[in-house]
Amino acid sequence: MSSTAPPPTRIGGARARQGDRVFRGTATAAGTAILLILAGVTAFLVAESIPALTAPAEEVPGGEGFARYVGPLLFGTVLAAIIALLVGAPLGVGIALYLSHFAPRRLAYGLGYVIDLLAAVPSIVFGLWGIFTLGPALVPIYVWLEANAGWIPFFAGPASATGRTILTAGLVLAAMILPVVTAISREIFSQTPRLHQEAALALGATRWEMIRYAVIPYGRSGVVSAAMLGLGRALGETMAVALVLSASGGVGLNLISSSNPGTIPANIALNFPEATGLAVNTLIATGLVLFVLTFAVNFAARAIVNRRAEFSGAN
Amino acid sequence: MTEVRAPETATPPSPPVPSAPVRLGTRSLPRWAPLGAYAAGAAAAGALLLVTGFSLAGWVVLTALVGTVLLVGASRAVEGARKATDRLVTVLVTGAFLVALLPLVSVTYTVVSRGAARFDAQFFTYSMRGVVGEGGGAYHAIVGTLIITALATLISVPVGLLTAVYLVEYGRGQLARAIRFLIDVMSGIPSIVAGLFAFALFTLFLGPGARLGIMGAVALSVLMIPLVVRSTEEMLKLVPNELREASYALGVPKWLTIVRVVLRTAVAGIATGVTLAVARVIGETAPLLVTVGTTTSVNLNPFEGRMASLPTFSYFSFTQPGANPQFAVERAWTAALTLVILVMLFNLLARVISKVFSPKAR
Repeated sequence: MSSTAPPPTRIGGARARQGDRVFRGTATAAGTAILLILAGVTAFLVAESIPALTAPAEEVPGGEGFARYVGPLLFGTVLAAIIALLVGAPLGVGIALYLSHFAPRRLAYGLGYVIDLLAAVPSIVFGLWGIFTLGPALVPIYVWLEANAGWIPFFAGPASATGRTILTAGLVLAAMILPVVTAISREIFSQTPRLHQEAALALGATRWEMIRYAVIPYGRSGVVSAAMLGLGRALGETMAVALVLSASGGVGLNLISSSNPGTIPANIALNFPEATGLAVNTLIATGLVLFVLTFAVNFAARAIVNRRAEFSGAN
Repeated sequence: MTEVRAPETATPPSPPVPSAPVRLGTRSLPRWAPLGAYAAGAAAAGALLLVTGFSLAGWVVLTALVGTVLLVGASRAVEGARKATDRLVTVLVTGAFLVALLPLVSVTYTVVSRGAARFDAQFFTYSMRGVVGEGGGAYHAIVGTLIITALATLISVPVGLLTAVYLVEYGRGQLARAIRFLIDVMSGIPSIVAGLFAFALFTLFLGPGARLGIMGAVALSVLMIPLVVRSTEEMLKLVPNELREASYALGVPKWLTIVRVVLRTAVAGIATGVTLAVARVIGETAPLLVTVGTTTSVNLNPFEGRMASLPTFSYFSFTQPGANPQFAVERAWTAALTLVILVMLFNLLARVISKVFSPKAR
């Protein structure tokens, strides 16, 4: 090898390679920035929370330490989100089935768009709606529930006169998570292999039996993760709950009375503008708790979706 | 009996021509059965309520119940249990859809009817500076919302776009997989946590009590970046590989291929995705509440002092109405209506963009 072969001619040559390097570097940096942002969110929240977590118990708002402060809020957050999930998830799955298998084909797209409109309504609007329309509309139902189903602890009463209860908040949240649950479930249902469905129909199955034996087994994990994403959304929703719920800090399963537990995000929104000093740190610490909770829920949901994408038995 | 279908067989006595099409399997209800069942249900429910006292909601609910029972009962008697279950599920699923329309219709009606009171020129041209009680407007809040959202877009679009390019064109292996997964998780961050993050970030540098427009923009970016990445990624994946290969074959370097061919082809979809992302974050209240605060006068500088925004304006008008609550609450509703209209405008714009700029097959 006395003489090296001339390098292959490149159009653009060194400049092109330089451009490639720069562009690749920028794109990679942007991708890495995402990791940094998430790490930053955690780091800054932790840094601002530490004063509240290490402060002596009597200095934390409420005077009984951080755990006592966040406990009832955490309970309220989870309770409202669970109500939302119990109402919103079955409805959302039903709507998704309607759109993917029952609605007239020609209308299905437009009807799906209508449901997506629910996602476009700002949460503050849902909050105002909850106070002025939904709450008052539910008061007679709460009164009736107290009179006729008061032996169930959930409806022990006394029924709230304004309707601004945790159940109302949960119902508003249910309306807000509907589009999420519907969109994801619908996507999964419509991916069910055609041949499975046609085979079921050819064996004489009715439409429901076809759905039960072909569509639902295929979409089960997708529906679970859709519900969990909805749960994550409900846990973190702030303004609607801050407006609708009249919180008094009590912990209890009574859903229709006027003494309701607050929720973490609503509590932050209500108290943050006026908070100073350690109160700010305490609120940020509750935000950290919320972040960890929603992160865990979303993490699990996405993990389920991704596992399904890799091993979906149908393809 | 003059026509015989099978002329070669004369042995069997030719059966009478059936008047109805041949039925396979079981009997079924006529096509008008659902309509009839619900009409009967409506009549029965109406009659019942005339005795006890009429209410529209009660009538609708009772009609649905009685109609469903009639329909499923008839189906069970005529068609059998399996068909009856099928009909029941159809009713339930359709009902779920109709129930979901209730909040949508009710929200729209409430916002429009209550917001219309102050939907006038003064609302859009006046700020709240020095206004007590009647009058005043949300000019400062509208301007603030537009500035903060524009800044958030300026931050999110380059980061989101480049991340999507990285994921589709360069990303392989662990890092790409981690980023893709975390983008998904990031899209689930509660908006208030994004606000607290921006607050904590700026507090470290500026000290406590800082409230700036740019803080709100950073908070909104945390929410917006995952939306931009996801939609852009989908669009870039749709660009056919043949286009890239043709470009490489002509000797165009990779980065120019991406800029001139890939992004050019996908630009309509990307613009649509970005517009939808703007529509999503423009209505966010919570992050602005903790980072930007609110004010009563026009502030055009996002790097100095508090700024008003439509959602926080609506929120504070309602929660801190001041001397004459009636007027403040009216302003809160009109601000909510304006916000809804803004969101709808951006949604509409997104559809127009995707219609007009999508690549046409010629």
